[in-house]
Amino acid sequence: MANENIITIKNLTKRFPVGNGEFTALKEINLGFEKGEFAGIVGPSGSGKTTLLNIIGSLDSPSEGQAIVMGKRISELSHKESAMLRNKYIGFIFQVYNLLPVYTVYENVEFSLILQKIGAPERKKMVMEALEWVGLQDMANKKPSKLSGGEGQRVAIARAMVKKPMIVLADEPTANLDAKNAHAIMQTMKNLNKELKTTFLFSTHDEKVMSYLDRIIYLDDGKVVKDEMITHKTESR
Amino acid sequence: MKIAIRLAFKNLIKAGLRTWLNVTVLAFTFIFIVFYNGFINGWQDQAEQDEIAWQYGQGQLLQEGFDPQDPFTFQEGHALLPEDEQQNLVPVLIRQATLYPEGRLMPVVIKGIRADQQLLKLPTHLLEESSAQIPAIIGKRFATAANLKKGDQVLLRWRDKYGTFDASNFTVAGIFNTNSAAVDNGQIWVPLDKLWEMTGLTNEASFLIAKPGYQATATEGWEFKDLDYLLSDLRAAVNMERSTSAIIYLVLLCIALLAIFDTQVLSIFRRQQEIGTYIALGMTRKQVLGIFTVEGSMYSIFAMVVGGLIGLPIFIYTATQGIGLFDGIDEMGISIANRVYPTFGFGLVAGTVILLLISATLVSFLPARKIATMNPVNALKGKML
Repeated sequence: MANENIITIKNLTKRFPVGNGEFTALKEINLGFEKGEFAGIVGPSGSGKTTLLNIIGSLDSPSEGQAIVMGKRISELSHKESAMLRNKYIGFIFQVYNLLPVYTVYENVEFSLILQKIGAPERKKMVMEALEWVGLQDMANKKPSKLSGGEGQRVAIARAMVKKPMIVLADEPTANLDAKNAHAIMQTMKNLNKELKTTFLFSTHDEKVMSYLDRIIYLDDGKVVKDEMITHKTESR
Repeated sequence: MKIAIRLAFKNLIKAGLRTWLNVTVLAFTFIFIVFYNGFINGWQDQAEQDEIAWQYGQGQLLQEGFDPQDPFTFQEGHALLPEDEQQNLVPVLIRQATLYPEGRLMPVVIKGIRADQQLLKLPTHLLEESSAQIPAIIGKRFATAANLKKGDQVLLRWRDKYGTFDASNFTVAGIFNTNSAAVDNGQIWVPLDKLWEMTGLTNEASFLIAKPGYQATATEGWEFKDLDYLLSDLRAAVNMERSTSAIIYLVLLCIALLAIFDTQVLSIFRRQQEIGTYIALGMTRKQVLGIFTVEGSMYSIFAMVVGGLIGLPIFIYTATQGIGLFDGIDEMGISIANRVYPTFGFGLVAGTVILLLISATLVSFLPARKIATMNPVNALKGKML
């Protein structure tokens, strides 16, 4: 039971209507992810990486086949059940951070805890802990507009991690960052993966990200063309 | 809900000038609605009090042949005073007559009333104090129209109970000032005893005015009309004015709501990615819809605060000092004082607050409804609309 999948994809196909026809973004995908994996979906633009992440994150649903996340069939969830699944088990990290501009760093991180109806004292403890993970405890009262790109993405990581989710879905998290910040961000996530056993699933075509991954799934034209486990020679970079 | 209120508050504050423009228009509408309705309420309250104090008392017992709205009934609409309850009633006898001031001819109504009455504000004590053969008191409007002043003597012609014309000079014993046009225009008030003597209609009256202790009982040949009936024409006139003014403030309200609607449409368009993020973080579509709807409601709450800050001093000042109206307003035939004191009751303010709150919430909800059916992936890409 130790190797039981927390994400299972079975014969998943996703089609989008385009004009009078259809565009097939994902074709008969079969994948499984275990707890604590640090995996990436890699491929060129339009290969279906983000679509696959969106389905796993229950933001979208498959046209055919099954996506089972934390034992829940995504296609069978109501809007409310999807929201509960995301709120409880899934953290998102976006390419452009998607921080709420009117909230401070602290409030952005606190947001999903409020949705979980966690009490204020406990929330404060959890937020400060999450900000400590990403080294931003001194910037709690700053607005997102006052942060650099790297700091903004670290806030997004803290926001995704603060509720200690089972899965973190990161869509091109380093695309807007310079090399130094990209490495720092990846190192932070890798540390959290080791410490909290959170499953990280990336969508990327960034070589810097790939160098941190333990597993790389190559997608091309909506199909899995390669799924390989990576053995890292050294842990420190 | 708490999170929706907090987010909505912060978003509105961040929107800056756009928010304050909407709030200003809505606050102006709020002040206008409250002020105008307060003015009309004040006018109605004053007018009703004036009519009660100057002519209606606590109701009137009308002789069955007498209709105050029909001058053709004046000649025959009278009868002997009823025996019961006389101590609680002030009798008035009405006769049509003709006045000849400075050689002109003016149709008038002579009203006989007991000089010692204290129910109405009419200064009938002047009739008692006068030593003239036929003393009379008249209103200021009528005195101006007939060019009469205190002490003047003017020829008056009337019919007695047999229909025979009789004439004599009467003396202006006093001129009173009243907001009630109905006791002023074309009215000559003389002692009842004198009118009985002039017409031969001894112990007769056209109507009787009820004092506070009067209990309405069935009296043969007489019909009691309560204040609701007697004030119905005045209330109809006020309500007509209220409906006309409602059109003005509905237009104002529509402008304010249109501004909020536009702002909400723009806001949803600009914040699609934010909407997608809320969903990704675990909010339901209904919760996100709630944020945008609460934002709209908050416009009206801000407007109440701003409207209160600006409006309260105006409301307090006008309610205590009154609003002076133009000279001659009292000659328009409606009962209205030269200075109206608006009344701003709790019901008026609360009603206006609820009206603005509901309407602002509704116009915010309408464009936000799209959120309930949106695809969060499209929202995150900014392609929701």
